[in-house]
Amino acid sequence: MLRFEDVTLRYDDGPVLAGFDLAVAPGELVVLLGPSGCGKTSLLRLACGLAAPSSGRVVNGFGRTAVVFQEPRLLPWWPALDNVAFALAAQGVTRATARHRARALLDRFGFTDADTRKRPAALSGGMQSRVAIARALVVRPDLVLMDEPFAALDVGLRRDLQDLVRAAVTETGLAALFVTHDVTEAVRLADRLVVLSARPARIVHDERNQPRDEPAAMFRAAAALLDRPVVRAALLAPAAG
Amino acid sequence: MPMVVARGAWGLLGLAGLGLAWQLGHDALGPFVLPSPAETVERLWALIVTGQAGPALAVTGVNAIGGFLVGALLGAALGVTAGLLTPLGATLRPVLTVMLGVPPIAWVVLALLWFGPRGLAPAFTVSITVLPIVFSAAFQGILARDQKLSEMARVVGASPLLSFRMLLLPQLLDPLLPALATALAFSWKVGVMAEVLGGGTGIGGMIATERAHLDLAGTMAWILLVVALLLVCDGLLLAPMRRFLRTRRPAPAAG
Repeated sequence: MLRFEDVTLRYDDGPVLAGFDLAVAPGELVVLLGPSGCGKTSLLRLACGLAAPSSGRVVNGFGRTAVVFQEPRLLPWWPALDNVAFALAAQGVTRATARHRARALLDRFGFTDADTRKRPAALSGGMQSRVAIARALVVRPDLVLMDEPFAALDVGLRRDLQDLVRAAVTETGLAALFVTHDVTEAVRLADRLVVLSARPARIVHDERNQPRDEPAAMFRAAAALLDRPVVRAALLAPAAG
Repeated sequence: MPMVVARGAWGLLGLAGLGLAWQLGHDALGPFVLPSPAETVERLWALIVTGQAGPALAVTGVNAIGGFLVGALLGAALGVTAGLLTPLGATLRPVLTVMLGVPPIAWVVLALLWFGPRGLAPAFTVSITVLPIVFSAAFQGILARDQKLSEMARVVGASPLLSFRMLLLPQLLDPLLPALATALAFSWKVGVMAEVLGGGTGIGGMIATERAHLDLAGTMAWILLVVALLLVCDGLLLAPMRRFLRTRRPAPAAG
């Protein structure tokens, strides 16, 4: 269980979060949907310990937490394989085992042997994102935090990668906190949809969701969500900064 | 490949031009001001076959390379530590800037006073010249490191040692290798300079002796030896390093 308990986070230019409460249960994919700059990224940073709350508590009871950042954040000097194996090496896994497990996962992600030996600059944007996701999943996390990981990709690629993430959650029962500002992405992926207001972020809407793949159903669900006045007010308000 | 050959050919042309200018200078000024290239090379050959060059070369080599290694290791270690620990960085930076500003010739004079004319003075001067050059490269390299990658390493739980090997070291190489190259070239020059002023048995000492005898051809022969040493050093160490740095440049991203 990941719990935000009455969390306040203040930066120099004002509060990002004020009295924020949220719990993520094992096995559920929670999508945080909110306007740009509302504090979604800050929530993930709090969850993985890169930031500390100004007041309140963040309790992360999950054994192993992995993060997929907005950018792939790959080590440019090392091939794809070593980038994935890096996360395992960090956990104390021996080099041979780490590389073996990394290769197996990259293989499932559609990498040829030659691809795994390429450095990030020689990979396309979509491939780089796959490496970043593989680096997160290879440690078999209990919770994965994802910060708009596909924002920079085109629609087709994004669908592929969403499927990859959805499959990982369904197959392994890991929990995920997925941040996006794309409503269709949210209804396509989420077990639970949480809509945040503009800064300071508070929850304006929280509902169970059935992940949908069929485009018409997906857009209908997105439209239904946007039909709610609170959601519309939060998501369609002019961006703050 | 043709480009490489062409570049080599132009380089040879440049050196030939220099030789020609030397010869013309000799013709115009006479052997007492500028000995001819042929005479100088002859003297150099004589130094080599009579076994004078070898021992002098060894002494200068130990001074230059030993001093370089000590200065570079200390500079890199201090630079990395200062880059990682902000208060230490803030403390050391002005000190090293001052050190960087002291001309090598001043260090030579101080070293001669501290260590006497023989022994440690040349190696010390080399170390103290190399240290701040390598320090600032390592320090800047650490300061300019990609914080987003450091965050990633923190989140995956990488140990400081693993982070250093996989993240920091590769980021350091780009500023550090050129600084090391500069420092190594400096080492020979500064080492020889210290030897000239301190006498002794290295190449610099030999130059001082020839100068005392007003033997211009001998002086030029020793200078030629130093230059040859620098060129060998460049060819064996720096050229491969430059090629290595080029291969590290990421290829342009696809898609």
